[in-house]
Amino acid sequence: MIPFSPNLLSDLQAILQYQFMQHAFEAGTVIAIVAGIIGYFVVLRRSSFAAHALSEIGFAGAAGSVLIGINPIFGLLSFSTISGAGIAVLGKRATNRDVEIGSVLAFALGLGVLFISLYAGYATEAYSILFGEILGISSSNVIITLVLSLLILIAIALIYRPLLFASLDEEVAEAKGVRILLLGVIFMLLLAAAVSIAVQVVGVLLIFALMVTPAATAVRLTKKPKYAVLISVLIALFATWTGLFISFYAPYPVSFFVTAIVFITYLVVRFVRPTR
Amino acid sequence: MGTHEEIVGAQDLTVGYTSKPVWQNASFSVNRGEFVAVIGPNGAGKTTMFRLLLGLQQPISGIINIFGAKPRRGNPNIGYIPQRHTIDNETNIACEELVRLAYSGNKLGFSLSPREEKKLASDTLAVVGATELANRSLGSLSGGELQRIFLAEALVSNPEVLLLDEPLSNLDIKRIKDLVGLMNTVVKSRNVTAFLVAHDINPLIQFLDKVIYIANGKVATGTPEEVLTSRRLTALYGTHVEVLRDSRGNIVVVGAEDYHGDQP
Repeated sequence: MIPFSPNLLSDLQAILQYQFMQHAFEAGTVIAIVAGIIGYFVVLRRSSFAAHALSEIGFAGAAGSVLIGINPIFGLLSFSTISGAGIAVLGKRATNRDVEIGSVLAFALGLGVLFISLYAGYATEAYSILFGEILGISSSNVIITLVLSLLILIAIALIYRPLLFASLDEEVAEAKGVRILLLGVIFMLLLAAAVSIAVQVVGVLLIFALMVTPAATAVRLTKKPKYAVLISVLIALFATWTGLFISFYAPYPVSFFVTAIVFITYLVVRFVRPTR
Repeated sequence: MGTHEEIVGAQDLTVGYTSKPVWQNASFSVNRGEFVAVIGPNGAGKTTMFRLLLGLQQPISGIINIFGAKPRRGNPNIGYIPQRHTIDNETNIACEELVRLAYSGNKLGFSLSPREEKKLASDTLAVVGATELANRSLGSLSGGELQRIFLAEALVSNPEVLLLDEPLSNLDIKRIKDLVGLMNTVVKSRNVTAFLVAHDINPLIQFLDKVIYIANGKVATGTPEEVLTSRRLTALYGTHVEVLRDSRGNIVVVGAEDYHGDQP
């Protein structure tokens, strides 16, 4: 392992000579962009509990995939998208879904525990699904992450205005012809896909770190939605890159550094700008 | 006062659920430029009337027309202020952004003419006297300021009809007076037809061309002088109701206090 030097650029060049670090930076970068953007709408729509639930429900799918020997990302994706669509269709308004979501997520977590216990070598697999393992990301998962991210970004660009409008003033948006239910289902599907790829960096339990905290920080800093989205992405990118960089030299998990950086950023902004 | 060009017309209109109509057999006509108050107890079906005109709900029977055709969803010729809003004091988004969304938020992709939209939004904010609020956060506004922004939101697409669902509730008397005055100016200067749902008719009464009074599953319409009489309201409620007037023209309806609109 190359030792740390004060020249950060040469450190970065040295780090990127390792293929696993290249993969981590590639996947981490697109995930941070997607999470930062989707996160803005999660915060605006007060859907952070749904985001958290989708990732924990995805845990059951991931654990099931490990059990039957397929790539966990497929289990994560299928469980979270199905439940995401279900949440959007069943619950009338995002803010009133706590009980339904909570009941489903508790059952899904229980199911995940069962799958993990049925799988002989469970400890490491379970650990990486729960807390993330970006340093072990395979090249095929980098490709899957890139493709999914691209699809999510195209979809968000298409529905950006109706989604923003419906998130801000649902009744007027509906009167102006926005299909609220359809839009809600599309958003939950995109959220489910974003959660599924973000789990690779921070794990199902720490999904807030990329999907909520950067956006929650950004909305305190600007009243313009497009700047808030940009700032949210920048915070997520900064945390992911810095987390990867530090973890190369320190023997601690990337997810700890990512969560710590976004949390400190949030605290600083909250402290400096307590009122808006 | 409106012209005789009919903007909204209803014949034998029955709405609600097939097993439980909210109100039935209503016929009325509203002309261009008229300022109409929609009055009645809670649960009487005032918002239902707006949902019909917005094309969000279909009648059980009868005919309703707006601009000479069946209501359709997403009609840019209708500006709407709903009773409920998702916005609260945590919403840190500039007012101007909301007004812009009301103009183009139903379109896919990004705006191709952001400058024109920005100008349109600030011009509309000027109409409602809210220029200084353009860059303020929605969450930081008072009730009266918010209603001005909602009015700008409703006006930005330059509609011919305004549907205003209880914009005066939760405002103090001075702000109610200011807002009603502003709404009347907008209605008269732009020759738009406005429907306003309110609990208290008194702040509006001097500006009104028509009243649509909904109670007890029935609808009474006409000028305020025609509808707000003891005889008409007694017939409407099906119980003795007295309409009293003070020297300044304010009215009090006595006898309908115990009535609840959600009762059959």
